[in-house]
Amino acid sequence: MTQETRARVHAILAEQAMIDPSEVTDAATLEELGIDSMGVVEAIFAIEEGFDITVPFNANAPEKSEFDISNVGAIVAAVDRLVAEQQ
Amino acid sequence: MSRRVVITGAGTINALGHDVPSTLEAMREGRCGIGPLVMRDADRLAIRIGAQVQGYDEAERFNRQQIALFDRYTQFALLAAREALGQAGLSFAGEAAARAGVILGTSGGGLQTQDDNYRAVYEAGKNRVHPFVVPRLMNNAAAAHLSMEWNIKGPSFTVATACASSNHAIGQAFQFVRAGLADVMVTGGAEAMLCFGGVKAWEGLRVMSNDTCRPFCATRSGMVQGEGAGIFVLEDYDHARARGAEILAEIAGVAMTSDASDIVMPSRQGAERAMEGALRDAKMAPDEVGYINAHGTGTAANDRTESAAVATVFGAHADALAISSTKSMHGHCIGATGAIELLACLMALRDGVIAPTVNWRERDPECALDVVPNTAREAEISACLSNAFAFGGMNAVLALRAA
Repeated sequence: MTQETRARVHAILAEQAMIDPSEVTDAATLEELGIDSMGVVEAIFAIEEGFDITVPFNANAPEKSEFDISNVGAIVAAVDRLVAEQQ
Repeated sequence: MSRRVVITGAGTINALGHDVPSTLEAMREGRCGIGPLVMRDADRLAIRIGAQVQGYDEAERFNRQQIALFDRYTQFALLAAREALGQAGLSFAGEAAARAGVILGTSGGGLQTQDDNYRAVYEAGKNRVHPFVVPRLMNNAAAAHLSMEWNIKGPSFTVATACASSNHAIGQAFQFVRAGLADVMVTGGAEAMLCFGGVKAWEGLRVMSNDTCRPFCATRSGMVQGEGAGIFVLEDYDHARARGAEILAEIAGVAMTSDASDIVMPSRQGAERAMEGALRDAKMAPDEVGYINAHGTGTAANDRTESAAVATVFGAHADALAISSTKSMHGHCIGATGAIELLACLMALRDGVIAPTVNWRERDPECALDVVPNTAREAEISACLSNAFAFGGMNAVLALRAA
């Protein structure tokens, strides 16, 4: 996973959570960052726009989506994979 | 003044049919009106299914001058009103005109007109639009054209509470007649949000299904949008009896509540207070209720919350009543949905047939109610509720009794 992807995902999540990017770690869950279900949808939109990718995600069943949002590191890895697949 | 209020006319157009008999037949058969969306630029949509009105050609129903003024949502409202007022057998002149009004629900109003004209000025770069864009797109256009076509001269307006618009409108019309402010109210809702921009906007929320709508099912995958209209004639009971009108059902009560909590996530308490309030207003004991037409959107958030609220309000009786979501067949018709769903209530009360929740596959322990899966059921129903819980946390529940 690239450092650049990590930094950009951290920055997007930090903006969503209204915290400093330095406070975002790969081990943190979105809940721990204070991002609720609507925040998740908004952050995924920001990721799609920022990386020019389409993220498979259904807010009705986040756990069943192909896009793993269990923690920040999982999101970084998923974004890396989608970028590789779609670009 | 407190008068009894009855329904003496019903009309509709939706994905299941172009009138009430065909719609009820589809509901009895458990037919699903969801299919591939046919519209311009459908290949750019992420969500490509919906419950569109099929086999509809506006040129067969309206003349050139009318089409210049009628958005698709207005056309739906007028067609449904024609059926409802035809059944009621009412015409309005003199004092009768002044004692009648129109209250309709819609969420988007003339969205098709907005969509087409934004395309014209932004995408096609045109610097001129048709002169009737404003009267065509406005939210009160449908109500206005109803009042004009039938010479209805009392209070008329439009109610917009997203997915509860129709129930708020019908509830308000009911209160007008009950309070003696009008003798007859034409009410219901119309929506035509299945245009490119309308579907795009819903896609953004990530709550739409890409396979089908399966409310209360463990494998549900979200909501599916529909379109159409449902229009009803509400009438003072004595007024209806005096002229020998056929009474389809009685509206016995309504309650409206606000969650005051979240713009999209529903609150169980808000839903509970609305159902309890409707029962109280109707002087209806919980165990009188044999059927609930659920809001039942097929989203995780709604279906769990609504099931829990029903369990709380009805206690042990929750297991004895039937609850179904007809959105599984006609889709979520947004501002028109409560009105189209009221037809399922009429079918239960009049014909003793409960419309099913179709596409259902697997029980969800968090929705452990009798959801009438897949097949319509015969039952003697003397009282029912119709739920609507909208974005914005705005809820309206209607309570009905058999005539």
